[in-house]
Amino acid sequence: MRRRHLVWIGLVLLIAVTLAVACAPWLTPYSPSRLSIANRLQPPSGRWWFGTDDFGRDVFTRVLYGGRVSLLVGASVVAMATGLGVGLGLLAGYIRRLDAPIARLLDAMMAFPDILLAIALLAALGASAGNVVAALTIVYAPRLARVVRVATMIIRELPYVEAARAIGATTPRILLKHVLRNLVSPILVQGSFIFAHAMLAEAGLSFLGIGISPEVATWGTMISAGKGYLDRAPWLMLFPGMAIILAVLSLQLIGDGLRDVLDPRLGKEV
Amino acid sequence: MADITLLHLAVRRLVGMAAVMLIVVSIVFIIVRIAPGDPAAVMLGPEATGADVAALRTAWGLDRPLAVQYLAYLGQLARGDLGRSIFLDRPVLTALQERAEPTLLLSLIAIAIALAIALPTGIAAALQPGSAFDQTVMALCMGAASLPTFWLGLVLIELFAVRWGLLPASGYDAPGASILYRLEHLILPATTLGLASAALVTRYTRAGMLDVLREDYVRTARAKGLGERRVVLRHALTTAALPILTVVGLTIAALVSGAVVTETVFGLPGVGSLVISAVLRRDYPLIQGALLVVAMLYVLINFAIDMLCLVLDPRLRT
Repeated sequence: MRRRHLVWIGLVLLIAVTLAVACAPWLTPYSPSRLSIANRLQPPSGRWWFGTDDFGRDVFTRVLYGGRVSLLVGASVVAMATGLGVGLGLLAGYIRRLDAPIARLLDAMMAFPDILLAIALLAALGASAGNVVAALTIVYAPRLARVVRVATMIIRELPYVEAARAIGATTPRILLKHVLRNLVSPILVQGSFIFAHAMLAEAGLSFLGIGISPEVATWGTMISAGKGYLDRAPWLMLFPGMAIILAVLSLQLIGDGLRDVLDPRLGKEV
Repeated sequence: MADITLLHLAVRRLVGMAAVMLIVVSIVFIIVRIAPGDPAAVMLGPEATGADVAALRTAWGLDRPLAVQYLAYLGQLARGDLGRSIFLDRPVLTALQERAEPTLLLSLIAIAIALAIALPTGIAAALQPGSAFDQTVMALCMGAASLPTFWLGLVLIELFAVRWGLLPASGYDAPGASILYRLEHLILPATTLGLASAALVTRYTRAGMLDVLREDYVRTARAKGLGERRVVLRHALTTAALPILTVVGLTIAALVSGAVVTETVFGLPGVGSLVISAVLRRDYPLIQGALLVVAMLYVLINFAIDMLCLVLDPRLRT
C-alpha cells in the first residue's frame, strides 16, 4: 500500500520536473544565454530566484534550460541501453549456445567502474553529447542484460512457452510475444534506476570536463562552472545540484516502489 | 570429501575468472582502437609532422595487423609491462604507483566510514522493520543515493572549509608534508566518498539482517531464552556477514568511480586525477593501463570474497 504511494510521489515529481523543463520559456522572463555583466553574481532574491552567475545570467532560467539536456541525455541512455540490454539478455537467456559467451562478456563489462569505463570510452570517441550517450549506453546495457538474461532463463522453462514451441511458434515469435511480455516489469524497474544513474554519471562526466562541452548548460556543467565561485557565490552550484537530486530521487522512488509493487516477495526488504 | 568439493569449485571459479580477465583485457585493447581516425595522430595533436606520427605508429606497432597487435599486447601484459605513458615519458605502472597512495588511503578511510555508519544503522533498522526509525533510515538512504558525489564534496567544502574554516579543502601534496598533515587533508574527501557509499551498504545490511532474522535457528535461539543482544550479534550477524561482505566487494567499483570524481573536487594527486589529465592529453597507454589495473583489482577482490564465502558457508558449496 505504502509502496504504491512512493511510485506515485516519484511519478508526480518526475512529471513536475519534466514539465518545468519543457515549459521553460513560459516560466521565466529571462534568456539562458543573454549576458548582463552589470548583474553578475547577484545572490538569490525576488528578482533572481536562484541568483545570477558570473556572466549575469539568471541561474533559475539556466537550471530550467540545462535540465533539458540532462533529462534528454538520461532518457536517450535508457532507451538505447534498454534496446541493447534486452537484445543481449534475451539471446543469452533463451539460446543456450550463446549463453556462456554473452554471460562472460557481461561479467567482464561489469568489472569496470561505470564512470571510469565511460571516461575511457569518451577519451577514445571524443567529448560530445552524442558520445556521452553512446558511452553510457555501453556502460549500462550490461546491467539490464543481466537481469533480462536471468528472467528469460526462468520463463524459458515455463509450460506455456513449451506449449508455444509445441504448436510450432518460431523463436522470434516466442521471444517477442511470450517472453518479452513477461519481462516488462523488471525492465521498467531497471530502466528507472539506469535513468537515475545515467543522469548522475552525465553530471559527473561534465563536471570532470570530459563530457558535454562547458558552453552547453547542463546541470553538470553548471555545477562545474560554479566550482570556482564557492567562496563568493555558492548558489551557482547549489541549485543545479538540487535539481539533479530532485530528478534522480523521483526516478529512484519510481524504481524502488515499482520493484516492491511488482514483486511482493521483496515487499519488506530493501 | 568436503575439501574436494571446495577445491573443485575453486578451480572452476578460477577458470571462470581467467576467462573474464581475458575479456577485460580484450575490451581494454579494443577501446583505444575504436577511436575515429588514427590514434597516433590524435594523440600527438594537430602540430605533429607526418614523420612524428609514423614514428609513433611504429613504436606502438599500430602499423601491424590487428591480430599481431593483440598478441603483442597480451605478451607485453604477461611480462607485467603496461606500456609507456606518452606524456609523462615513463612506464605506466610506475606512474600509477606514484599516484596510488592518496587513492588507496582515500578508499580505505571511505570504506571504514561507510561501514562505521552502515553496519549499526542497517542492523538497528532491521531489528524494527516498519518503525519510524527504519523508515527514516530508508528515506535518508534514498536521499543519499540521489546525491551527486562531487556536489556533496563541494557542499562540504563550502561549509567546512569556506564558511567555518575548520578543515582544509585542498593542498594534500604540499612539499615535505607529514602523514598527519596528509590525513587531515583526506578528512573531507573520505567523508564525501564514505557518505555516498554508506547509503548502499546500509540498505544491503538491513536486507541481509532481515533475511537472517526470519530464519528458524534465530527463532530457536530466541526460544532458548538468549538475550536479544546475543541473538543478534552472535547468531544473526555471523550469517548476515556474508551478504554484507559481498556487497562491500561490489561497492568497490562504485567507490573507484566516486574516487575519480572526489579526487578532482579536492585536488588530490591520486590515480583518478591522473586518469583525468591523461584523458585531456589523450595519453592512451596511461588510460588503458589504469582501466586495466582497476578492473583486474575488482575481479580479484570479488574472487577473493567469493572464495571466502565458500569457505565460511558450506551451504554455498552445492
